[in-house]
Amino acid sequence: MRLNDVLSFAWQVMRGYRGRTLLILLAMGIGVAAVVAVTALGEGARRYVANQFGSLGTNLVIVLPGRSETAGAMPGVLVGKTPRDLTLEDALALRRSHAIRRFAPLIIGAGDVRVGARRRETPVLGSTAELLEIRRMEMAQGYFLPEGDPRQSLPVSVVGSKVASELFGARQALGEWLRIGDRRFRIIGVLAKQGESLGFNTDEIVIVPLAAAQALFNTEALFRVLVEAKSREQIPYAKEDVEEIIRLRHEGERDVTVITQDAVLATFDRILRALTLAVGGIAAISLAVAGILIMNVMLIAVTQRRREIGLLKALGATGRQIRLAFFTEAVLLAIGGAAVGLIVGQLGRNLALQLYPTIPFQAPWWALVAAPATAVITAVLFTVLPARRAAKLDPVQALSRR
Amino acid sequence: MIRLTGIERTFVVGEEQVHALRGATLEIGQGEYLSIMGPSGSGKSTLLNVIGLLDRPSAGIYELDQRDVTGLSDDELARMRREKIGFVFQFFHLVPRLSAAQNIELPMVLAGIDPTGRKPRLNRLLAEYGLEDRAGHRPDQLSGGQCQRVAIARAMAMNPSVILADEPTGNLDRHTGREVMAVLERVHHNGGTVVLVTHDPEIGSRAHRRLRMIDGAVVSDEKS
Ligand SMILES: Nc1ncnc2c1ncn2[C@@H]1O[C@H](COP(=O)(O)OP(=O)(O)O)[C@@H](O)[C@H]1O
Ligand SMILES: [Mg+2]
Repeated sequence: MRLNDVLSFAWQVMRGYRGRTLLILLAMGIGVAAVVAVTALGEGARRYVANQFGSLGTNLVIVLPGRSETAGAMPGVLVGKTPRDLTLEDALALRRSHAIRRFAPLIIGAGDVRVGARRRETPVLGSTAELLEIRRMEMAQGYFLPEGDPRQSLPVSVVGSKVASELFGARQALGEWLRIGDRRFRIIGVLAKQGESLGFNTDEIVIVPLAAAQALFNTEALFRVLVEAKSREQIPYAKEDVEEIIRLRHEGERDVTVITQDAVLATFDRILRALTLAVGGIAAISLAVAGILIMNVMLIAVTQRRREIGLLKALGATGRQIRLAFFTEAVLLAIGGAAVGLIVGQLGRNLALQLYPTIPFQAPWWALVAAPATAVITAVLFTVLPARRAAKLDPVQALSRR
Repeated sequence: MIRLTGIERTFVVGEEQVHALRGATLEIGQGEYLSIMGPSGSGKSTLLNVIGLLDRPSAGIYELDQRDVTGLSDDELARMRREKIGFVFQFFHLVPRLSAAQNIELPMVLAGIDPTGRKPRLNRLLAEYGLEDRAGHRPDQLSGGQCQRVAIARAMAMNPSVILADEPTGNLDRHTGREVMAVLERVHHNGGTVVLVTHDPEIGSRAHRRLRMIDGAVVSDEKS
């Protein structure tokens, strides 16, 4: 039997039993669409998180005071020493590392910000000129904090867009003065709208020089030091350098925690990938259900088409040809169902994209390959039994009225 | 051409054994026109199925075209059936979703003949059995007589050594039955071998050689 004839025979069967064909296409289609849609959701979430971290700045290494995970067991704590503060001098010492491109020390506090009669409680950030680059922030107007000695306290400030509009309304904020506590700062820049990234909204902050913040909040202790490594490959070296430099300055105590953005991102990545895989696997079960449906439908077909199978045998069809006819039909149905599923899955994805434009929904390539492949393989596996039964049918019995 | 020697066929039904054929011995030559008659259950269909390689005898020797076929595998039997045997059934057994032409083509498709080789043969068969204007019709759009003509054309598609017809008129009225018999007799006139099982003495007596079966054995064999 020629391939063309095998295909057209199967095609005629599929056309001949329309209801049955549609049912299988539907079951297969739902299975494949479920896998595509679910993995697109998972992958979308993963990329969303990755993007959020990316917008924080690249190759970021964050230094915070205190050794979070082992703090309770530190000998220093046992003898009653409080953990050492992280200071500007510690940060400036980081210049010695070759793995570090730039860094920005950070102090944060709540400030009572006033312009004339208007007042607002706002987070106030003390930092240096480098913060702009490290956090990938952009200016809407004016300039960021000037370069220069971070120990020097200039009366200048940069405000977030929302702070500017709340304090000044439609009036121009640039060049005006604002008051934080009992100090006055001239506004030299307004930040571009950036929105929230990982719970921190740059639209709602005021940034002042580090030394000014130290004076405002009456503290030498830094909240964080943000460090940017020279490249992705340099991140582990930057981390090592930070730990070593500060340990030396702190008399051999490892009393800071160094987080790399990569490590955090990798954890999220692993969790979300595992989640996508698991949910995709659950969706794939619906494919197995479709496979069982195919088997049952095919078994019914063997009974329904007993006479036809008997006839084909009487006309000289071999067992192999009968099996081939059944497998061809199953594979065509699976391919058709998979095509329907892929199309429906993509339509679902487009719909999700319209509803949530910020999340990059996209089924990963392995799902787009695995779903149709699973459909075809289950179809073939579940047709083995019916096909064998058909091929073994006794033609005399099949053709008789009994 | 066909030689059966001591053919037995036993069915096991529950605890019992049913002897459908008891030592049937028979020789059929090329170009013969032979009818088999006998009471219901006498083994006529079983004999035809054995001759047509659809059923295997429980004992005995069957030679088809000088070849012992009793030991052949299922696939070898299928191939021999395809080349040498043409079946015509009481209930036509056409594939309902296929057109008349596609039904007639089926044996050639199974034999792997390519479409350019099938086309002229198909056209010749359609013309020969008066089905040209019915070629595209499906079986449910055809009369009983037309269905049986399609079945005969299909049986002839591979130019078989023998046509085996099991009560081909059993499901047709008298008039249509005669028409169908005329078609089968034309096959015989053109040199074909025809073996016909029938209940109808009028039809059976037209054959040149007449067999009677009772209880799985051939009891008489007349020639004229
Ligand atoms: N598959 C079968 N299983 C059991 N008994 C059968 C089977 N086929 C035929 N028989 C029996 O064999 C005998 C001959 O049957 P059959 O050849 O169909 O007779 P006929 O065609 O002459 O009416 C009958 O007794 C019938 O019941
Ligand atoms: Mg019978």
